[in-house]
Amino acid sequence: MKMIEVKSLKKSFGKLEVLKDINIDVAPQEVVCVIGPSGSGKSTLLRCMNRLEEPTAGEIFIEEDNLTDTKTNINQLRQRMGMVFQQFNLFPHKTVMENITMGPQRLKGKSKTEVKELGSQLLEKVGLVDKAKVYPDNLSGGQKQRVAIARALAMEPSIMLFDEPTSALDPEMVGEVLQVMKDLAEDGMTMVIVTHEMGFAKEVADRVIFMDEGFIVEEGSPAELFDNPQHERTKSFLSKVL
Amino acid sequence: METIQIILDALPTLLSGMGLTLEITIISLVLAMVIGLVLGVFSITKSKILRAISTVFVDMIRGTPLLVQILFIYFGIPSVFDVNLTAFAAGVIAITINAAAYLVEIFRAGINSIDKGQMEAGRSIGFSYWQTMRLIVLPQAVRRMIPAFVNQFIVSIKDTSLLSAIGIAELTFSGQSIYAANFRAFEILFAVGVLYFVIIYTLSLLSRWLERRLDVA
Ligand SMILES: Nc1ncnc2c1ncn2[C@@H]1O[C@H](COP(=O)(O)OP(=O)(O)OP(=O)(O)O)[C@@H](O)[C@H]1O
Ligand SMILES: [Mg+2]
Repeated sequence: MKMIEVKSLKKSFGKLEVLKDINIDVAPQEVVCVIGPSGSGKSTLLRCMNRLEEPTAGEIFIEEDNLTDTKTNINQLRQRMGMVFQQFNLFPHKTVMENITMGPQRLKGKSKTEVKELGSQLLEKVGLVDKAKVYPDNLSGGQKQRVAIARALAMEPSIMLFDEPTSALDPEMVGEVLQVMKDLAEDGMTMVIVTHEMGFAKEVADRVIFMDEGFIVEEGSPAELFDNPQHERTKSFLSKVL
Repeated sequence: METIQIILDALPTLLSGMGLTLEITIISLVLAMVIGLVLGVFSITKSKILRAISTVFVDMIRGTPLLVQILFIYFGIPSVFDVNLTAFAAGVIAITINAAAYLVEIFRAGINSIDKGQMEAGRSIGFSYWQTMRLIVLPQAVRRMIPAFVNQFIVSIKDTSLLSAIGIAELTFSGQSIYAANFRAFEILFAVGVLYFVIIYTLSLLSRWLERRLDVA
């Protein structure tokens, strides 16, 4: 079975074609990192994967269910995919615990005690047990992003999507977030990660995809892509970031 | 001494006028909040039709004087259509739609002021558009809108004085009917002004208290 299958995906904003014929399969428990220069369409691709952006053409299947079919209940399908944003997007009017428990309580009909229990477990997982009653404004960037990850995990998704989860963080906080993501990968979570953290991609990814100008230029294992890139564009991009 | 006596004599009538002013204001503002919210959300949806409904309503109401609207609803409409509105009902409708038109803009601006990442985060968890609106966007937006709401409430309270034009015995009309009889316009209108001030100042205090309370959370 494929967890995600992207077939001939195209996306335009007005006249600007941002994604031009993208094809990707993601296997269960696979960790895929997407890299590429700014504006190459990485975020747009990720956002199409849970239809925060409407694809212009092509199809996307999530665990065999057609995401692009208008008959699909998008709200239910999204529950199976967690999304972590660069800017965290925590709910500032809710405590850390409420941020995490809101989804399962309202959407899965779990009881208050059940979701509290789940919330505590997740906070332990991301190392923030003592912050349950705190409001997001009182957290550091790294802590916010770890709460955002816990919030996504609270829906018990089978796939996690990350859009540059560490790009808005002070350098000293990047490590703590990457560590949580590494743990997730080790637990067998299927993940698609847009990132500029090449070290992380090398270490954790099963496969790295290099995008440029709306195309997948090259993909392969980290060893293949980083140590032996085939395309000129990949080489020149890597020479700038490594 | 005489001044005080004149005002004391007028007070029962003025207070009952004030009661009617409050009644009309409260009913109208409750209805206006509902309409304002619905049309405010219409104005930011993707649907062209819903957006058009909202725009036409807002432009029409804001583009005409309230007094004309009041007269139109009370005298104009019944002269052509087979409806019989009491002055009270006509007054409530006029104040309601007028306040609603301004509240649409307040809701629209308030909702737009919330970072769109909030909607996206809600949707990505699996909440529907309306759930996200209700649970995540509106609670944050409404906090920011409180000063604008209060401002509109105050305007609407003052606007009810125009209902004297269709003979509703609200506060202003009550004052007019008293000084038409006793010729003490100075004392009576002074008292009328004080009573409006009491209502409006109480509302201001209430809103300050509310803002402080919501800031803590
Ligand atoms: N909502 C939108 N409307 C119009 N153009 C958009 C929109 N979103 C993205 N774009 C454009 O699409 C292109 C790809 O954007 P995208 O955000 O996917 O790039 P990216 O690879 O994620 O870049 P970065 O590394 O800077 O995040 C850019 O040219 C961007 O300006
Ligand atoms: Mg991006």
